[in-house]
Amino acid sequence: MSMAEVAAARSTGTEPAPLNEPRKRWTRFILPGFTWLMIVYLTLPIFVMIMWSFNDIPVVGSPRQTPKFWGFTLHWWRDLFGIAGLSDALKTSLFIAPISAFAATALGTLIGLALGRYRFRGKAPVNFVIFLAIAVPEIVLGSSLLSMFVLAQAPPIGKITILLSHIGFSIAFVAVTVRARVQGLDRALEDAAQDLFANPVTTFFKITLPLIAPAILAGFLLAFVLSLDDFVITNFVSGTESTFPVWVYGATRIGLPPQVNVMGTLLFGAGLFLAVLNVVVQRRRARS
Amino acid sequence: MATEALTGQEPATEPPSRGRSYAARRRLAPLWLMTPGGVYLLVFLIIPMGILVYTSLQSGGAFSGRFYFDWDFANYTDQIVQYESQLIRSVTYSVIVTIACLLLAYPMTYWIAFYAGRWKSSILLLILLPFFVSFVIRTVQWRFLLADDGILFGPLKDLGLMSDSFHVLSTPYAVVAGITYNFLPFTALPLYVALDRIDRSLVEAAKDLYSSRWEAFRHVVWPLSLPGVFAAFLLTFVPATGDYVNAAILGGPGTTMIGNIIQAKFLSELNYPEAAALSVILMVAMLILATAYARVLGTEDDTLTATI
Repeated sequence: MSMAEVAAARSTGTEPAPLNEPRKRWTRFILPGFTWLMIVYLTLPIFVMIMWSFNDIPVVGSPRQTPKFWGFTLHWWRDLFGIAGLSDALKTSLFIAPISAFAATALGTLIGLALGRYRFRGKAPVNFVIFLAIAVPEIVLGSSLLSMFVLAQAPPIGKITILLSHIGFSIAFVAVTVRARVQGLDRALEDAAQDLFANPVTTFFKITLPLIAPAILAGFLLAFVLSLDDFVITNFVSGTESTFPVWVYGATRIGLPPQVNVMGTLLFGAGLFLAVLNVVVQRRRARS
Repeated sequence: MATEALTGQEPATEPPSRGRSYAARRRLAPLWLMTPGGVYLLVFLIIPMGILVYTSLQSGGAFSGRFYFDWDFANYTDQIVQYESQLIRSVTYSVIVTIACLLLAYPMTYWIAFYAGRWKSSILLLILLPFFVSFVIRTVQWRFLLADDGILFGPLKDLGLMSDSFHVLSTPYAVVAGITYNFLPFTALPLYVALDRIDRSLVEAAKDLYSSRWEAFRHVVWPLSLPGVFAAFLLTFVPATGDYVNAAILGGPGTTMIGNIIQAKFLSELNYPEAAALSVILMVAMLILATAYARVLGTEDDTLTATI
């Protein structure tokens, strides 16, 4: 893939105009109608989650989510941290996610730079490993990591093994995000800096880094969300420790406390906010 | 020429005064950049997979909890024979899921890539939004949506439009629908990338040469979107075969998949060699498909990952 193509794909200003639609028959509504139907299908569980966070379930013993909607209440929002196990699990998730995202971003960015910029011996195998890390089923990765931790009998299964595993599966995602951006960079800018007697280190920090910063940020956010949401791998390497998704999975057998929906809604809101912010910032950058 | 081949740099871009040491540094740069992350991936991705294979060839008492390595290939044959029905069921579900995902995602991504114009990225964001929520939570919501008296079937039953005994939960339909829902973005993203990349002037050219819309699609768009279809297949098929969350949350006793067996053996029965053998089967299937993909399209093709 050429740099021009990447540049064209990445910049928002040069979107190809939509193809002409000469037909004025009803058939032209099929595809858009289908797409919107799919969007409804995809977002349906999210609506249920948000709605059910306000569900006025009768409080008897420990309330569990029911298929029936009883009425509106803010009770669960006020009692957000009413369940100790759930709150602890969320805390664990929010403790691990930033550390994992930070480490994965650091390691993944360097790989992305190497892959996007240089030609070197062993590049193809590295690309293949990155590709494999993204495509391999989570259950295989989870069971591999558990096999290793069991065989090595170290480190103790718990927060540390969760963290080590999360960093491991996030690196590849950061690397491909950065790689794409580096491949799309205009080399002339760096050459210009060097022509003006900037040394490689200065060139990197003054030119390259600011240019790939959006990709690094996107990689960080991606790694953060991956860590926060991961269930399968975490379930294998967590032992008795619970992260948010692991706790929720465990709770499904006896029924879901409504606070889960509140926390899900909050995390969703935060994700939505960051995604919209990212789009807005990218647009503004592209314009200036 | 030699430095160009090694570093991928045009010689002219090197300031001449820095000479050989500069070239040497450029040659070493990718190695320095690769080392920390590469070592990490080696230790927490490649080596664990090797250890999985090693574990799968161990044998030992399930009672003593101690296992020793003795090239016990019987783990594989025993497991395949014992869990044949689960293996067949997993592959069957996964085939249906993959086809369903492709059929649902292709028209949608086609429309977005070709006709959504400046709303493209916003609509794509709408499609990805649900996946900000942990997939365990999304799957649990489907359990409430599909419940016998849930908000989908409850009203229909009250109105008498549906028989009271009608149910979806705990049936293969619920499991297949759940996996399809969860894997749809993994199908949609590579398809979108491949479709979005197609040069519109090729489609125009086909039309200038009097091809109909259908012919233009059949002979231009479809062949050019095939890398996306392959990538979508790769990201959907094997992972869907190994899924166990949907079967656990939406399924019943008759929908146990191979992932449920692996998970139970690893985490409840602590029978690591048997569990590892089943896991290795999935891993090998993935390796074969991934290698085939890399052979055909090259490892640098980023259809798989470009929208991430």
